[in-house]
Amino acid sequence: MNMDKKRRTDLKWYSPRSLKKEVRSNYQLYLMIAPPLIWLVIFMYVPMYGVQIAFKNFRAVDGIGGSEWAGLKYFEKFFNSYDAMQIVLNTFEVCFYTLLAGFPLFVLLALLLNNTNRSRFRRWVQMSTFAPYFISVTVVVGMLVQFLSVQDYGIVNNVIRFFGGEPILFMTKPEWFSSVYAWSNIWQGAGFNAIIYIAALAGIDQELYEAAVVDGASKFRRMLHIDLPGIMPTVVITFILAVGQVMNLGFFDKIFLMQNPLNLDRSEVISTYVYKTGLASSLPNYSYAAAVGLFNTMINLVLLLLANRISRKVNQTSLW
Amino acid sequence: MDKLFAARGDRLFTAAVDLLLLVALVVTLYPLVYIVSSSFSAPSAVTSGKVWLWPVAPSLDGYLAVFRYAGIWQGFANTLFYAVVGTTISLALTVLAAYPLSRPDFRAGTPLMLVFTFTMFFSGGLIPTYLLVNQLGLYDSRMAVILPSALAVYNLIITRTFFQTGIPKELLEAAKLDGCSDFSFVRRIVLPLSGAILAVNALFYAIGYWNNIQSALIFLKSNDKMPLQMILRAILIQNQIDPSLTASVDTKALAERANLREQLKYALIVVSSLPVILLYPFVQRYFVRGIMIGSIKG
Repeated sequence: MNMDKKRRTDLKWYSPRSLKKEVRSNYQLYLMIAPPLIWLVIFMYVPMYGVQIAFKNFRAVDGIGGSEWAGLKYFEKFFNSYDAMQIVLNTFEVCFYTLLAGFPLFVLLALLLNNTNRSRFRRWVQMSTFAPYFISVTVVVGMLVQFLSVQDYGIVNNVIRFFGGEPILFMTKPEWFSSVYAWSNIWQGAGFNAIIYIAALAGIDQELYEAAVVDGASKFRRMLHIDLPGIMPTVVITFILAVGQVMNLGFFDKIFLMQNPLNLDRSEVISTYVYKTGLASSLPNYSYAAAVGLFNTMINLVLLLLANRISRKVNQTSLW
Repeated sequence: MDKLFAARGDRLFTAAVDLLLLVALVVTLYPLVYIVSSSFSAPSAVTSGKVWLWPVAPSLDGYLAVFRYAGIWQGFANTLFYAVVGTTISLALTVLAAYPLSRPDFRAGTPLMLVFTFTMFFSGGLIPTYLLVNQLGLYDSRMAVILPSALAVYNLIITRTFFQTGIPKELLEAAKLDGCSDFSFVRRIVLPLSGAILAVNALFYAIGYWNNIQSALIFLKSNDKMPLQMILRAILIQNQIDPSLTASVDTKALAERANLREQLKYALIVVSSLPVILLYPFVQRYFVRGIMIGSIKG
């Protein structure tokens, strides 16, 4: 506690003398953090330095630093390419569909779990909605292939046939791609994403409920006027974070696994395009792929800043 | 009268809540039950769509096919390696970073924390990372699956929060008076007190490595290093099944072989998820706690 105070008042802590003292008393802490720090520099910051190849004509023989500058050539190449518009639109569609369809449902699930009186049932629901989160994306896509098949074992199309409908080629019709992707994601993440709101609900002051009961507020009104405002700050923060992450490369593997030549019109997104032009191609163009990837990162950053600013204006809640 | 009306409204509300929760339960659980039931059914019953909820004509043919499939076991062994070695490395890096960053008297702490969290929002991206791994000579090596994503900053944050709130300051002061060094303080006091957070981290990382396919897609090319998820991809999604598998089974009819090819997939889904299913009770207990710790700082 003493040390805490000292740090705030001692403005000269960066002077050579006190720096020496700090290193002497805490050198073991510096030794401890050295391995993770070295890891961070190598695997996170060196690639950030390497991102400059997006503005260069990268040649392996010249290395990252030695290749000659190309300006915005590769960005122009992407924007002028025939597919660029479609790929960017696909990325937005898939990502925002998932976010906007899923988010209200996660909050709703938490509110419902908080409002049931049956505690054993509540535990069951929580346990089973949480479980799919731990299934690998490969298995989830494999399950989609089986469930949505038009063969006799495709259970979804069996149900459609039972009600007299025509079977649907979910996995190969481009117009179904974003729905299949989004709803399977929501299926997988609902329980996991609800937990943080359940935690926030548990933190609401019990006296508020007692006062509301005295005032004769119904359970529904209590949910609307106590539960919901109570978790709003958490909802806003997680939403900002989700918007900032919405177009992250993390989405690459599942979309890639769901792709096939027939649905590519609507399933090719920026991250899979980067992978294909940069790594999986027989003639990889590193600079071009890096430029497209950097464009994606910039969109992420802009979205994060935008969401943060809007929420600060509207809600007085923000990340920083 | 008014009160009675209100009570009826509440009952209606509770009924609606329970009904919606039941829908959520069925929607999440049904696909899982269906997979397990199919895996224990006769191949012909599965492919002809006779399975709805419970196993039809129970059989273990699918599991026998999985056990005869050599590629699957190779993948299992590889994934086990990635999960065990990877989790060890990740756990070590996380603790080594989290402890110093949790100490208020560590002056480099605040700027270094920024250096770590910055990578959550900005990164070099796929291509520069790939070039780096290539340059380090790690391409197509087992370490390429582990090292590039060895430390998760999110885990670092929850671990640091745990150390800040869960280890009383007086312990450090007392240990310092007794001449205890920082290293032995971590080893003798901090780690024994941090079982819960270490479990959370180990589970997060282990399941992450078990389910990871992206690293293999980017950094691996030899078949003998491929993790289980790549084998699953070939069988479940690309429908590439070793023909020798179905030939070695003494089912003569071609149609029956085709059925077995399909049914193998359900058994494979169950077998490949088994380690995670076995961990699930612990996961349930510790993950929730981990997420709650994370949300304090959120």
